[in-house]
Order: sequence, then C-alpha cells, then structure tokens
Amino acid sequence: MISFLARSIVQKLVTLFFVSIVSFAVVHMAPGEPSQVDPMNPKFTPEVVERFRKAFHLDEPLHVQYLLFYGDLLRGKTVSWKDNQPVLAKIWERFLNSLPLFLVGSLLTWTISFPLGVQAAVKRGSLLDKTTTFTAYFFISIPGFFFAYLLIVGVVEVLRVPVVGMETFGLSQAPLTHRVMDRIWHLVIPSILGATVGVAELSRYVRSQMLEVESQDYIRTARAKGLPQDMVHYKHALRNALLPFVTMFGLMIPGLIGGSVIIESIFSWPGMGRMAYEAIMARDYPVILTLNFLSAVLVLVGTLVSDILYMLVDPRIRL
Amino acid sequence: MAGRPRDKGVISRGEEQGLWRDVWHQLRRNRLAMSGLVIFLGFVILALVGLSLTTGKSPLLDPSLVRLPEKLRPPLAKARADLLHPEELPPLGIYLMGTDELGRDVFSRMMQGAWVSLTVGFVAVGIAVGIGIVLGGIAGYYGAKPLRIGTILGLAGLFSGPFALASKRLDIFLLLEGAGILVLVSTRYLGLRKGFVARFFTLPCVSVDTLIMRAVDVMLCFPSFFLILTVVAILPPSIYNIMAVIGLTSWMGTARFVRAEFLSLREQDFVLAAKALGLSDARIIFRHLVPNAVAPVLVSATLGIAGAILTEAGLSFLGFGVPPPHATWGNILSDGKRFLFDAPWLTLIPGSAVLTVVLAFNLFGEGLREALNPRLRRSR
Repeated sequence: MISFLARSIVQKLVTLFFVSIVSFAVVHMAPGEPSQVDPMNPKFTPEVVERFRKAFHLDEPLHVQYLLFYGDLLRGKTVSWKDNQPVLAKIWERFLNSLPLFLVGSLLTWTISFPLGVQAAVKRGSLLDKTTTFTAYFFISIPGFFFAYLLIVGVVEVLRVPVVGMETFGLSQAPLTHRVMDRIWHLVIPSILGATVGVAELSRYVRSQMLEVESQDYIRTARAKGLPQDMVHYKHALRNALLPFVTMFGLMIPGLIGGSVIIESIFSWPGMGRMAYEAIMARDYPVILTLNFLSAVLVLVGTLVSDILYMLVDPRIRL
Repeated sequence: MAGRPRDKGVISRGEEQGLWRDVWHQLRRNRLAMSGLVIFLGFVILALVGLSLTTGKSPLLDPSLVRLPEKLRPPLAKARADLLHPEELPPLGIYLMGTDELGRDVFSRMMQGAWVSLTVGFVAVGIAVGIGIVLGGIAGYYGAKPLRIGTILGLAGLFSGPFALASKRLDIFLLLEGAGILVLVSTRYLGLRKGFVARFFTLPCVSVDTLIMRAVDVMLCFPSFFLILTVVAILPPSIYNIMAVIGLTSWMGTARFVRAEFLSLREQDFVLAAKALGLSDARIIFRHLVPNAVAPVLVSATLGIAGAILTEAGLSFLGFGVPPPHATWGNILSDGKRFLFDAPWLTLIPGSAVLTVVLAFNLFGEGLREALNPRLRRSR
C-alpha cells in the first residue's frame, strides 16, 4: 500500500513535469508574442514594449523563461500580465464562484441518473428503457449553447428566471434572505443545463454497467435458486454495478475547471471557465498556464483518489 | 469491411465475413441505430450536393451574396423581385430557410456548412485514429521491449529541436537534430563494440509501452476543450488548424483500445504462424493485427466524429472557428444569436441541424457497440 502510494506519486510528479513542459511549449511556440498583441495602440511605443518584455522576462531564452515562470508559480508569486494582480488570488475568487454551480450540477446529476439508469437496465427493452435511451442521446448530442438558447427562449419568457450573472445588480442593501434567494434563483438555469448533459451521460453508463453485471453467472445462480426478482436486482446486481462509480468521485474533480467554458460565457457567470476564456482572448499567458497546471494537478489527484477508493471498496484489488 | 485479411490460413475469410454479417443482423434489429445510419448517409449526400452547388464561378446557390434590402426574411418568404437584380434572385424565388442580417440566403449557407462539418468530423477523427492505431499498436506489439538509453537520448534531441527553433536559435536547432540523429544511428550499431560509452548507450531503460502510455497520461491531463481553445486562439484562424488540433488532442482513447487489443492478439497462434512464415513486423501489424482490432476503433471513431462536429460548432460559436466569409453551422448560429427573438430561425435551423447529425452518429455508434459486444446481445 505505502509502496504503491509512493510509486504512483513519483509517477504523477513526472507526468506533471511533462505537462508543464508541453503546455509551456504550446503557448510559447505560437507565432507572435503578447507584446505584439496590439501594435496599433499608440501607447505601445517601442520603449514601452521593451520595458514590458524586460519586466516579464520575454527577452530571455525559452528555457530560462520556463524556469522563471514555474519558479514563480510554485512560490505563488505569479502575476497576471493584464492587471498585475496575483494569479492565484484571482483564480481562488473565480473558483468560489464556480463552486456552487458545480456542486448543484453534480448533486442533480448523481441523484437523478442512478434511479433512471438502474430502472432502464432492469426493464430492458421496455417503453421506459427506450424513452430514456432516446432522451439521453438527444441531450448528449445537443450543442450546449443551442440548448441554452432554447431554454432562454422557452423558460425565461414564461417564468421570468434570471439568466445573466450570479446576482441581481444593486441588491447589496437588501436583507440577507433576499440576497440568498436571489443567488439560488440565478443558479437555476445554468445548473439545470449542466445537469441535463451529466444525467444523460451518467445514466447511460449506469445502465450499461448494470447490464454487464446482470449477465454474470452469479446472477443466474441467484435466479436459479429462486430468489425474488427485486432481491436479485437490487441486492446482488446493483451492489456490484455500483463499484466503478465509487472511483468516479475522484474523476469528477477536474470537471471543476474544464467543463464550463461555454455555459459560463453564455450566462455571464464569473467562474473559472469564463476566466479561462477571457485569459485566452487577452493572451494572458500566466493565467492560461496556471489554470492548465492546476487542472493537470486536479486530474492527477483525482486518479490517485479513485485508485485508493477502488482499493478500499473492492477486496479483489490489491496493488 | 475494409482491412479484411486476405492471406489464406491466418483467419479464414468466411469467419471474418461471418462476424460482420452477424453485426449487420444485430444492427438491423436496432431501429434507433438504423435510423442513425440512414440520417448519416443522407448527411453525406447532402454535404456532397451542397459542395457542388455552392462552389465554382457562378454557383446555383451563392452563400456569400449580400442582399441588403432583404434582411432577416423569415423562412419560405418570397423574394421581392422589384428590389433585386435578376441575378440576385434565389432559385425558385423563395428563401427556403429565410435570410440572415446581411440578406444572405440561409439555405445556401447551410448547404455550404454541411460540407465543413462533414470534413472537420472525418479529417479530425482520421488524424486521431491514425495516431491512435500507430502509437497503440507499437505500445501493444513491442510492449515490454526495453528502449536503450541512446535511443531515448536521440529521440529527446530530435523532439527538443523545434523548441530551439521557436526561440529563434537556428544553430542550437541544427546541433540538437544532428546530435539526435548521430546518437540514434550509433546506438543502433554500437551494441557490437565494447567500451564504456557504448555500454552506457546500449543500457536498457524504460520500455516503449511505458513511454507511450505515459505520453497518453500527459495528454489526458489537459482539459481538452480548454487546450483546443488555447491552440486555436493562438494559431491563425483556418479550417485546417481546427481539424489538426481536434485530431491531435483526441487520439488517446483509440491508442488505449488498440494497445489493449494488441496485447491479447499478439499472444495468439496466428501471430506466431505469421512470424514463423517470416513476415515483417509492419506486415503483421497492419495486415493481421489491425483488422482484428478494428471493431472497438470503429465504434470510438463513430462517436468521435459526433464529438468533433460538436467541438467545431462550439469553437465557431465562441468566435474561434472557420474564418467569416465561409459559412459553418456553428458560425451561422453564432451570428444569429443576436437576433434570437427577432429571427429565431437563425438559431433554430443550424442548431437542429447539428443536433440531428450528431444524434445520428451517436445512435449509430452505440448500436454498433452493442452489436459488437457479445455480452450485451439479447438471447435469441
């Protein structure tokens, strides 16, 4: 156990090192550099550009820039090129904004998709199965932004649910309960949007996992010895089908950064996805690279957590 | 099916055909998958027709013809002949799907966009599947074979060369590439001679498999849409960049499938027979192993096309897609979103088109997966 942990942590650190090289290379190999982003701007005289290049070490060779950048990052001193604010503080602020969206979305996803998927598998070929199958593919295939606009047209006009930002402007004087309710109200549409795709994918996965288990020999044995159907389905099959989902708790973690660029930019939600989008637009390399690095860290931590969880719940696995 | 082994005695032809005939039977009974296949074929034909109608000197449907007096006409509206030159009139005199904010005919733009979606999907997935088969195949077939330190150093030299080029140091670039090639060649033949240096360079190090699978791990660490967005935003806008970037960031799944298949296939007797016949490694891999591993690849490719079309639409929507005069479903939608309430057809038509095509690919791919997985088959 200890040796497994030590080995996999070393391996993950090596992976992280290569991730840092690749992402640095991707950003810096591009033609042009940030000091040339706006050559027509009269404020960007050659002297200013030179000073800018010096201040951010752009005049150094690439490997020196690499060491300087990741040195700063590890000491937490990286600053954004756009406004000279510390990057980590900016990301933390955006992270707190993304968190409720992520939590509500995942909560909805997990609570809805398990009953759906299990029922579809148990009643394979029934009307319920066919309907959920088609609906799931429908929501997997719909472009997120198109679905968002359909929701905006359909729901907003009728129910008057707010769709812009996290809170109504100018409410800072309102009583606390009012402000909390306002926040929750703003969460409705974006989190429904995130959850529908999540439910569609996860319920398909639950269904196929359940079917896989239902075709095992021990299920046939359970049937053969005359157990009631419900007992077979929910005691023998479901328990074993649930195993792989324990590991998904670990793999969910990276979704915090990656999954929400489009949704957050449609709903003007000041979260991390939108921050990534804005940083890319402004060629704010420190922010882009830091976000990339952090999400790689999250992926690696996630896989580690899921390995450990798997070991804890499945006695057949000894690492 | 493409790639059926034709060498006699390795896998008999009848057996192989039997598999695909069986799959076809399974598919036929899956109504969702069949309707997916029909829509998919219809889409290919539509894209080809669209390409032929919208290109050339004087196309029948001109997707970039601006008719300012005819802004935002609803679908099926009659063209007002008194406001237009005769050659500006759309065919049949009606705008089948309305016009956009510049009076361009949405129907012709949709026809042009179909071709873009089709090629983006197929080329991106082609790149991904190609890389995946080659890397996964090498990892699975050569698996445990250890690489020598010299080989790794040489490859490292070759691959770090471009970085030197990026910081405009041509001399270092040439130095790295030259040293890389030198080290590679000498490692290949140094094994015969003695001496400390030779022994160091020919020391076995990590295996090919480990190397490639770690590369897969590295690639999987990137949030894919974010990575694609970054690269596309930095590169000059062009449809080929988008295809290449989507392809280069989505080969990992295929590589894993192919590796897993190869690991079990290479232990089988027909591979041993092929080796005993003295066939080259490349021939064994591409003629005997790949055709046997093609089933899971086909499924992931079908689903991959759906994903690539969605990604392209998403990129166009965020404004990083194919550059403006060329119409794609994503940028028609993106332009139309400002008129969501005044001209809903500009959002609805391309949106439902993307939805239909992606849905068709997904349904067909899942049907294929179910038909190919013997465990999920219904008992007959």
